[in-house]
Amino acid sequence: MKIILNIWRQKNSSSPGKMVRYELDKVNEHMSFLEMLDVLNEDLARKGEDPVAFEHDCREGICGCCGFMVNGIAHGPERSTTVCQLHMRHFRDGDELWLEPFRAKAFPVIKDLVVDRSAFDRVIAAGGYISINTGSAPEANSIPVERQRADRAMDAAACIGCGACVAACPNASASLFVSAKIAHLGLLPQGEPERDRRAVRMVLKMTEEGFGYCTNTGECEAICPKGVKIENIARMHRDFTRAVALYREASKAAGAH
Amino acid sequence: MAFQLDARTPSGPLEHRWSKAKQEMKLVSPANRRKYTVIVVGSGLAGGSAAATLGELGYNVKCFSYHDSPRRAHSIGAQGGINAAKNYQNDGDSAYRLFYDTIKGGDFRSRESNVYRLAEVSVDIIDQCVAQGVPFAREYGGTLANRSFGGAQVSRTFYARGQTGQQLLLGCYQALERQVDAGRVRMFHRHEMLDLVVIGGRARGIVTRNLLTGAIDCHVADAVVLATGGYSNVFYLSTNAKACNATAIWRAYKRGAGFGNPCYTQIHPTCIPQSGDYQSKLTLMSESLRNDGRIWVPKKKGDTRNPNEIPEEERDYYLERMYPAFGNLCPRDIASRAAKLMCDQGFGVGPSGRGVYLDFKEAIGRLGRKTIEERYGNLFEMYEQITAEDPYSVPMRIYPAVHYTMGGLWVDYHLQSTIPGLFVLGEANFSDHGANRLGASALMQGLADGYFIAPYTVGHFLAQVKPGGVEAEHAEFRAAKEQVEQRTRRLLSIQGKKTVDDFHRELGKIMWEYCGMARNATGLKHALEKIPEVREEFWHNVNVPGSAEELNQSLEKAGRVADFFELGELTCLDALEREESCGGHFREEHQTEEGEAKRDDERFCHAAVWEYAGEDKPPVRNVEPLQFEFVHLAQRSYK
Amino acid sequence: MGTIALNSGLERTAFFYQSVVGKKVVMAVTGCVLSLFVLGHMLGNLQVYQGAEKLNHYAALLQGLGGGLWVVRLVLLACAGLHVLSAYQLWRLKLDARPTPYIKKATVATTYAARTMIWSGPIVLAFIIYHLLHFTTGQAHPDFRHGDVYHNVIAGFSSPAASLFYIAANILLAFHLYHGVWSMFQTVGVNHPRYTPWLKRLSKAYAWVIGIGNVSIPLAVLTGIVK
Repeated sequence: MKIILNIWRQKNSSSPGKMVRYELDKVNEHMSFLEMLDVLNEDLARKGEDPVAFEHDCREGICGCCGFMVNGIAHGPERSTTVCQLHMRHFRDGDELWLEPFRAKAFPVIKDLVVDRSAFDRVIAAGGYISINTGSAPEANSIPVERQRADRAMDAAACIGCGACVAACPNASASLFVSAKIAHLGLLPQGEPERDRRAVRMVLKMTEEGFGYCTNTGECEAICPKGVKIENIARMHRDFTRAVALYREASKAAGAH
Repeated sequence: MAFQLDARTPSGPLEHRWSKAKQEMKLVSPANRRKYTVIVVGSGLAGGSAAATLGELGYNVKCFSYHDSPRRAHSIGAQGGINAAKNYQNDGDSAYRLFYDTIKGGDFRSRESNVYRLAEVSVDIIDQCVAQGVPFAREYGGTLANRSFGGAQVSRTFYARGQTGQQLLLGCYQALERQVDAGRVRMFHRHEMLDLVVIGGRARGIVTRNLLTGAIDCHVADAVVLATGGYSNVFYLSTNAKACNATAIWRAYKRGAGFGNPCYTQIHPTCIPQSGDYQSKLTLMSESLRNDGRIWVPKKKGDTRNPNEIPEEERDYYLERMYPAFGNLCPRDIASRAAKLMCDQGFGVGPSGRGVYLDFKEAIGRLGRKTIEERYGNLFEMYEQITAEDPYSVPMRIYPAVHYTMGGLWVDYHLQSTIPGLFVLGEANFSDHGANRLGASALMQGLADGYFIAPYTVGHFLAQVKPGGVEAEHAEFRAAKEQVEQRTRRLLSIQGKKTVDDFHRELGKIMWEYCGMARNATGLKHALEKIPEVREEFWHNVNVPGSAEELNQSLEKAGRVADFFELGELTCLDALEREESCGGHFREEHQTEEGEAKRDDERFCHAAVWEYAGEDKPPVRNVEPLQFEFVHLAQRSYK
Repeated sequence: MGTIALNSGLERTAFFYQSVVGKKVVMAVTGCVLSLFVLGHMLGNLQVYQGAEKLNHYAALLQGLGGGLWVVRLVLLACAGLHVLSAYQLWRLKLDARPTPYIKKATVATTYAARTMIWSGPIVLAFIIYHLLHFTTGQAHPDFRHGDVYHNVIAGFSSPAASLFYIAANILLAFHLYHGVWSMFQTVGVNHPRYTPWLKRLSKAYAWVIGIGNVSIPLAVLTGIVK
């Protein structure tokens, strides 16, 4: 089948970009979306043109590398699907598609469809962990965890850090990503001691990195390839408010390493 | 010059060896640790856990990843679980049993002391991961759940849904980011290691390319740790992620690190078959599917009927026919070879003829659709997402694919390579898995190396050397940097007619055809003629567009494929020299009458350690004899 | 990340408000006060259907509160001010957070109400100012009589233009509440898979009740049901 692609081409972060139109004739319906781009790129390379840069790695929907906008939707039209797992059979012969990078101040474009998502790492580094040095862990079964709680923690932990939530949010908010980590760790007894500190530091970092705020539109939840719920955002707001309001010695609590 | 291969294995009772080794290790005082710089290349389970732990101990750690974040490492792809000898199920598991299963599964081609240590520290891994917040599956009582995996007789596999690798990696990534925030680990994202620098016989640093700017930089250290994963992508199509490559370990090999058992590659029987030439990678379906699915092909060659229209009597349930005792549950290598045999004989199904049916009809009839949904629902969904076929009504099509490489850089008991100061962890080393890895053991090994072994052994090494003493302006660093730059210029200047992927596919075809599931001398010799030809053409006819001073994904790929050619050749050579069958290495000349792998313990009870001898010179094969003091060498039988 | 010092109440409040979460919580809490007021206000006004005496009596009762009335007014004013201020600041943040817009952007889940909060808000604000000048202070009223609320309502809504503005603004207010009431719960952290669907229904019902109640008055006057 034939697909018409309008792809955002931008040489580097400092140069302006523009949409460039490509026509691709030999698209097979069993191809994944990225394999379709591979075909385009091989054509471009043979012609001596610069292939389209896009991020990808595992192509199984788990590494979180891939992601761009297909016709204005992060990861494309299929729900619960990363763009690497999206197959061309969901499109029709002659379809015209617009491919744009994820856009947010906190995700500057590096080249074409590749953006810099290192802000996510910095938010995690600010508090998205449980402080436990190697070797100091207690016996694993010494702290029982209610099964439903463990399941809910796992639901939140399923986040792959692809950044689609930020891309889809009308306010470029990272609330779903940040809250998923706060919920994952906060739900477990192991994460309880640092719950306040974590919420305070991660929310502060998220604000500093230039992400927007949550207006509860639910766009993030709808496009999240792993089905992470905005229930987590409510938890984050709760944890943050409580931590700031009630903490007695916030200076020590929020600061000490 | 031949290697002096000293495995530095402690003596004495097996279960005391690691404690003894730890007690004898030299220590660096806490105040002095920050004076030592340790480079960790790779930030997956092995590298990330090592970098985090070394950071916690107070060393000055620099960690390198070609990804944008450590959380992308391909450890994330592991589905099934992680083994640990916790014996929570009270079913008789113990460190010794896990040790024995691993040695036997590896077809008696690994080092007893290393494997025992792996089994011993496996219990600490679970403690550590749970404390980090890894959401393992649990029982209603709140304790950890286990399952039996890969035919093991005990339930020792811990799991987090079908995303165990992801959850373990996130735990490790978070520990790493904590050290980044504390200023003890400096992360170099989007930096690819392109050479190792050895000065005075010691690994003293690496040369990297910044993948965004193209800047080639030298990084000096007191010790270098490589944890860069395996080399399955030599085969082009594998279950590995697209960026997985062997460049770091290959450049280390060319700087004097011995390469152990490159021919030990693992093929996984249950992958989704290739659907066309455009195929970029293969997707693994959990092996657990074989618990209920029945594998068959039509009895008639080239039968293109809809599988549901093929009557029972015209189906060949070949695994049940050939291996009546184990049937569909026979080991990975046997199931894989049988599928290849069927397809080679023309019984294969699907558009490419390279596939066999995995049928759940009987199981659905026996257990009900609901039970099957509970057991395999997510896998069935994944299959349908990729193939658009509903496995509840149409049999799945599966075919084997390269999945894991047991070979890698040779390391001693301290995980140190033949180059002092160069440590190799995880899949990148020649590992504790011998000739074949058991399911759910890769995650265990990566984390054992990174959390619990390297932090001791690297410290022991550092305690014996003075920190610093070398600058990035040293002649060896300058020379290595110059070589890297030259190579990059050369790749860009060829301006040929074929793309990097064209060449990679060509190499993959040769490797898969002649060095895949079943190998023979004629085929391997043919491959050894063919690979240098294609490599030669690569260096004259590849087209790498773009420039060196920008994000250039074609250039990155070209460098990796260039190394794959050389490693592929060594893999074939190793496969040719190892005139026996063992684990994942199956030589057609060496099989029992029933088609079973036949080891030759007389001649090959050793690790082959290859030594680079220089450009255009054949590499030298060294051997490390394997001694079995505690287990009895037995022939596997799954009849 | 360095140490975060929150030693005084002021530091604590400032820290809270400076975060993206804090501003939203302020918006939600003030929104809660305002939506409760809107309900009370509507219930009071519906007494117009019970005749002039009843409504004027109710108005006199409120006036009789004296200082108490001013306390209520100041609280409402403060809430409205904070609601608008945080909305404005968040709107600026939104523009900051995505400086380059998409060429194509589709929405998957956003309701019409959620999408239009950003301009239903300002229009409702403009309406409130007009409404105060119209019925509270009288400057915008053609025939304002102090103390005779019933007369003011009938006279005010006799103008079709004024009535239409009221109707339009109250429909927007209903939309604002349609998203806002549920959003308020979510923002302060109330979300549970079992109860959230009910909260969403409550939010919708609330919006319908307020919308119908408020719109009915000018409609009733225009159509002559209330004279």
